[in-house]
Amino acid sequence: MSAPADASPGSPPGLRVCVDLNLCQGYAQCCYAAPRHFRIEGHEALFYDPAPAARDRADIERARVACPVQAIRVEDPGRGA
Amino acid sequence: MMPTSERAVVVGAGLAALRGAEAMREAGFSGSLSIVGAEPYRPYDRPPLSKHVLTGAIRADATTLPSSLGADVDWHLGSPALGLDRAARTLRLADGRRLPYDRLLVATGTRARPWPNPHEGRLTGVFTLRGRDDAAALRAALAAGPRRVLVIGGGFIGCEVANLCRQLGLPVTLVEPGPTPLARVLGTTVGSLIGAIHEGRGVDLRCGGEVEWLEDEGGRLVRGHLTDGTRIDADVAVIALGAVRNTEWLAGSGLSADPGGVDCDEAGYVLDADGRPDPRIAAAGDVARFPHPLYGGRRVALEHWSQAVAQGVHAGRLLAGAVPEAPYGELPTFWSTQGAVVVKSVGLTEGADALAFTQGEPASGRFVALYGRAGRCIAAVAVDSARWLPAHAALVAAGAPFPPRGAAADRPKGIEILAPGFP
Repeated sequence: MSAPADASPGSPPGLRVCVDLNLCQGYAQCCYAAPRHFRIEGHEALFYDPAPAARDRADIERARVACPVQAIRVEDPGRGA
Repeated sequence: MMPTSERAVVVGAGLAALRGAEAMREAGFSGSLSIVGAEPYRPYDRPPLSKHVLTGAIRADATTLPSSLGADVDWHLGSPALGLDRAARTLRLADGRRLPYDRLLVATGTRARPWPNPHEGRLTGVFTLRGRDDAAALRAALAAGPRRVLVIGGGFIGCEVANLCRQLGLPVTLVEPGPTPLARVLGTTVGSLIGAIHEGRGVDLRCGGEVEWLEDEGGRLVRGHLTDGTRIDADVAVIALGAVRNTEWLAGSGLSADPGGVDCDEAGYVLDADGRPDPRIAAAGDVARFPHPLYGGRRVALEHWSQAVAQGVHAGRLLAGAVPEAPYGELPTFWSTQGAVVVKSVGLTEGADALAFTQGEPASGRFVALYGRAGRCIAAVAVDSARWLPAHAALVAAGAPFPPRGAAADRPKGIEILAPGFP
């Protein structure tokens, strides 16, 4: 069995974020909830940080909940998926 | 579901594999679960690799997918499957190990189609873009400030990379043999509009051109030569010629598989060479070729993110013993972010004989195009108009009459019917 290649020893485990960009319609509620991790480019292209630090979990959770089409999936190793 | 000592193996470690494995667990499968991946990485998301990883906004290793899987999974990463023995129910791995299985999910996906000349394909400065390592390597090359980037192939990846080079301020030439970018998928009517968007961003677009060979000096790319004699000086080339399905490992297994995918039945079980389903094996994602109920049962293998998710979940439930409510037939959808322009689609355009712009203004760069075939709506493409797509998706899913009457169109005086322009 291989060890996960992504583990960075020493730092607290970060979050994993993935947005279903088929569902996303650019309502930008995530950008208000977590402006450092989500932003709209052009008319409706969402850019997001797929690996936020654990300390930002409150912002990320706000964004997840605020999404009108529920397109944001988060795994928080500190709290379970 | 009762506890079981059965062994499940997932072959592949991409999006479809991950969502399939999760679905098995969520459906109550409590036996052993192994996931076999060719790359040394946990499942990661590919779309950012051709976008924000190349701009440097995020690192290639930040793309690991969120997952609900726990510690009760055996990961076999960095060692691809090499063979399948269905009589003995074992999978052979590159590192020599043999994994026994009772239930198997085939989700080995695709790889980038290589440049046809292997020597030229290995030159310093020549890249393909499929995996995490590819993206990290190309990012490094773009960050070094090449004099010009040559993108070969005007499909979605080629268009994304070309536009992104302009975002980085890099001169870029896109060579596409077809009459417009994306002509095979979207037709020339929409393809020419997409081409105009990229030219407006400064992409040097050469449609109807073909790169014949790549010239090097001391093993380093210096220029591409087109068949018409044109030379394009470039120190980076991105080969964007589509994908090849990873089915070689199924040779000798008795399953119906070829470079176009592995065949499945309506339920999702793989078929043997005689067309009989193997109830222990299901397939999902890019590698699965299945009869799509929306398109008259025509067999399709779709390289779509949403398909990897939905079919992965379907196949995972199937292997866990859940009886599917219906044959798998999710409406195909995909998106592509080209620079800051979002192209989204529902349905399959293949065979379209008519097209109508139902929303927005093509010249403005924001519009919805609806595709018809034999008087029915079969697909829709939205450019920077995603909010109009769900209404069009409903027309496509219902096979509504084309042209639509009074639905999803902002043209009350009637819509003009155009040729989609498939080459």
